[in-house]
Amino acid sequence: MTSPATTPAIRVEGLTKRFGEVEALRGIDLAVAPGTVLGLLGPNGAGKTTAVRILTTILRPDGGRAEVLGLDVAQHPQAVRETIGLAGQYAAVDENLTGRENMRLIGRLAHLPRAKLRPRADELLDRFGLTDAADRTAKTYSGGMRRRLDLAAALVHRPPVLFLDEPTTGLDPASRSDLWQVIGELVAEGTTLLLTTQYLEEADRLADRVAVIDHGQVIAEGTPTELKARLGGTVVDLTLPDPAAAARAAARLASALGLGARLDGSDLEVTVPDGPRTVVEVLRALDAAELAPVGLAVREPSLDDVFLSLTGHRTEADDPPGDADSLQRGAA
Amino acid sequence: MTATTFPSPVAPAPVAPAPGAIRSRSPRGYAVGDALAVTWRNLLAYVRLPELLVFSTIQPVMFVLLFRYVFGNSIALSDPSIAYVDYLMPGIIVQTAVFGAAGTGIGLAEDMAKGLIERFRSLPMARSAVLAGRTMADSVRNVFVMVLITVVGFAVGFRIHGGVPAYLLALGLVLLFAFALSWVVATIGLGAPNGEAAQAAIFPMLFPLTFASSAFVDTSFMPGWLQVFANHQPVTVIVNAARDLVLGQPVGWGVAASVAWSLGIVAVFGPLAVRRYRRAA
Repeated sequence: MTSPATTPAIRVEGLTKRFGEVEALRGIDLAVAPGTVLGLLGPNGAGKTTAVRILTTILRPDGGRAEVLGLDVAQHPQAVRETIGLAGQYAAVDENLTGRENMRLIGRLAHLPRAKLRPRADELLDRFGLTDAADRTAKTYSGGMRRRLDLAAALVHRPPVLFLDEPTTGLDPASRSDLWQVIGELVAEGTTLLLTTQYLEEADRLADRVAVIDHGQVIAEGTPTELKARLGGTVVDLTLPDPAAAARAAARLASALGLGARLDGSDLEVTVPDGPRTVVEVLRALDAAELAPVGLAVREPSLDDVFLSLTGHRTEADDPPGDADSLQRGAA
Repeated sequence: MTATTFPSPVAPAPVAPAPGAIRSRSPRGYAVGDALAVTWRNLLAYVRLPELLVFSTIQPVMFVLLFRYVFGNSIALSDPSIAYVDYLMPGIIVQTAVFGAAGTGIGLAEDMAKGLIERFRSLPMARSAVLAGRTMADSVRNVFVMVLITVVGFAVGFRIHGGVPAYLLALGLVLLFAFALSWVVATIGLGAPNGEAAQAAIFPMLFPLTFASSAFVDTSFMPGWLQVFANHQPVTVIVNAARDLVLGQPVGWGVAASVAWSLGIVAVFGPLAVRRYRRAA
């Protein structure tokens, strides 16, 4: 993906990290070209947060290398910290401070000159739609506002490389799309971004390339289009009146159209290569066999579908209850 | 802001600086400024949560009244020439500082649980600032509470017999001890998953230190085995030094012993707390 001439803004080689019994990272490789967005996609406990914590110098790796703008995170952590911004999963804002005070605190700790602190804070608060709430304590903010404040704080020292750890997890759809828009603007301005997410839709919307991570390993990498193409594009969920009809429908689709279907009781999940056009053919084939579905839904593949196709297991089902991301908090 | 175009938040086309050419000032150069920024942030919490200040002031006032009027008349002193209220006040001041130190550990545990420490650790700030800012803010609160207790003490009959400079020296010894203790509780707090757990871990340690001491009672009336602990543990050393200063009695090695205890505790727990902070996430 990168020509030899461009140094990746973020480079990770053979990175490993273990917490006691849990191998959080088992040798991952990543490269993010300057000004592009890499989406790190995976379920809880896959190792996404661990990778971000190592890249942001919060954790030290056990093995392998991680570099930000050519600087090794283990050898030059202080220099790395000056070039990065981090907004974590927990909207790390101080609830007792106002929005403006939070910005001022992070700006001071990022060593922004005092004269620039105030205009920079005002500019970011304005940009993130927080001007009216700037002098209220963050305790009174909604979840979406806290995330926006957290992101604004991460940008206060104009970091050329930004890390966002599940920036929209737990947000309502409106707040999520607000945040997507702001992130999109940052990227358009040239920020290099590494984003972790559990949502394919989010990776699709924001990322130039996506690395799918599971059990501490990168199991697939490519553009969102490539990944979805590997899945066959669109998923058609059909419900038939009874399991017998569903079984006949599956057989019919296989013989008439060569489509594979996953059967679950009277439900049928068909992955089709070219979207709506095939849906018409699916319905024609069923109609010809005098099978009338009682339910029909057409959707984009979810992360769960990506996972199922790449690993053969669902994202939630075989996750150990104490996953790596939550274990490492406790292990402190 | 009236700007119609946003300056780009990034340096255009980021180019990796050669590692040798990094212009960053060493984090130590920022240590004071960063610690002050964090101190400011912690003190703002008292403004925003007045109940925090109320609780940290009402409790010592209650202790003053409780021991002065409820228990005081039943407590025997080996030197009957000393008024119990004068005996009591240095003890209350130390007890308040010791209990107040718990706030350092609880606050740190809460900052960890909320992800604030993680954000701080990704910033180019001095590594010591989070801990130093916490202990400095607590020292400011301690000064405030000490002044308040002194006023309340005067209202219930407390008098300084050793002169104002000696009294200020006594307060200084207690402040230094509180500062030292806050590194101990910081070490505990940084290992706790949340504020409640930190509180549960810290108070069982602070209680025996405070009450099995000379803070409220004369240790010579304790059982012999307890005297061994009570007479040699740091709270008693600090209380005795502060009390001798307040009562205008010869203090001997008390001041030196107090300072030695405090510095010794910082020397052991300062690095431990910093190490835990570096590793915690």
